[in-house]
Amino acid sequence: MRDFAYITANTVSEAVTLLDEKGQSARILAGGTDLIVQVREARRDVDWMIDIKSIPEVNVLDYNADTGLTLGAAVECYKIYAVDEICDAYPGLVDATKIIGGTAIQGRAAVGGNLCNASPAADCIPPLIVLNASCVIAGPNGARELPVEQFCTGPGQTAFDNGEMLVSLKIPAPANNSSSFYLRFIPRNEMDIAVVGAGASVTLDDAKQTIVSARIALGAVAPTPLFAEEASALLAGREVSDAAIDEAAQAAQSIARPISDMRGTAEQRTHLVGVLTRRALNGAIQRIRDAA
Amino acid sequence: MARKSHVQTTINGETVEFLCESRQSLLEVLRDELHLTGAKEGCNNGNCGACSVILDGRLVNSCLVLGVETEGKSVETIEGLAEPDKLHPIQDAFLENAALQCGICTPGFIMSAKALLDQNPNPTEHEIRYWLAGNLCRCTGYDKIVRAVLDAAAAK
Repeated sequence: MRDFAYITANTVSEAVTLLDEKGQSARILAGGTDLIVQVREARRDVDWMIDIKSIPEVNVLDYNADTGLTLGAAVECYKIYAVDEICDAYPGLVDATKIIGGTAIQGRAAVGGNLCNASPAADCIPPLIVLNASCVIAGPNGARELPVEQFCTGPGQTAFDNGEMLVSLKIPAPANNSSSFYLRFIPRNEMDIAVVGAGASVTLDDAKQTIVSARIALGAVAPTPLFAEEASALLAGREVSDAAIDEAAQAAQSIARPISDMRGTAEQRTHLVGVLTRRALNGAIQRIRDAA
Repeated sequence: MARKSHVQTTINGETVEFLCESRQSLLEVLRDELHLTGAKEGCNNGNCGACSVILDGRLVNSCLVLGVETEGKSVETIEGLAEPDKLHPIQDAFLENAALQCGICTPGFIMSAKALLDQNPNPTEHEIRYWLAGNLCRCTGYDKIVRAVLDAAAAK
């Protein structure tokens, strides 16, 4: 592995100053499950690795039924699914944290890291999008917030300006009669990268028959995870029915622009978007109806 | 030569100090600096689990942890499992079930199984299979490995 300097940052401003100073040759280290492999395989030239795990703000995991979830950028996957209230409030995000890698990866990998790595196939990003998550970003010019669907700009590319880092993710408290679901297609049972991923969040009326609002997001079918805005919007006000869900699935398919690669062909991926969108929507609706 | 850092950590209950370069993984430190060769290098990218160790109570791939990151932390490796005159119950169960062939994956499987039983002393077969999904055995002895972990849980 190429030589690099390892620095522990103890505050956000320390990390930001270092990032700003070192520019592209510096990279934030959280769980390292992507970064260390990329540096080892010479896919990323890093001269400075800035370990942020000692910074209090990036380790916050705070759920409040009124204000929602603050998820620090370095909080590992396993800590998320260990909290019952979070599993109840954001099951779609929990679905993703449970299928990223195996146990050992989930012990180190962070949702924030999965986002910042900006893989088109990242499992955490579609659920973050459908849950209306926003990124809390710190930089040399102060803090800003950005909706997750605007964060990824290309494979491995993000909206970060020089010197910026992710501090945390904020997810609003779930509405009444709402739930979320994420699933992916992989040819194996476990330990694989999504051929296609789909996330959905749904809010129903009190009778649990009519869709008040829905959000759909797709992974691995474009250079970035996609928010399927039209597919989401056309469900608002519709009664839950196969026809409505099929329409949304078709609208989701229409924005997919997948490539053919070793994991699947573009044709297969487009087909899968339809299947997985239906399953994600039905899964979220089922969860709402199953809830007491 | 790259600059080395001084790191103090606890390995299998003992305080250990070592010098390492930033780019050395915990796996490289264990094997090359501390001569604890139980953890194996398989894929070196987090897929195979042959290098599994327990870091501050959590199962990790030691190839995906930097040695310098372990300052002040506690590491458990396969070398710390047996007592001088007695194998750990998981080790016994692996032997009794013939849950190994070539043995390269075995230290990783055993550390992974230990991490599971430490937090869930009575796992179901389903839970065991999911927990061990990150440990690969190319001799394909999974059934015997799963049975060994079930036996180890029952023996406790």
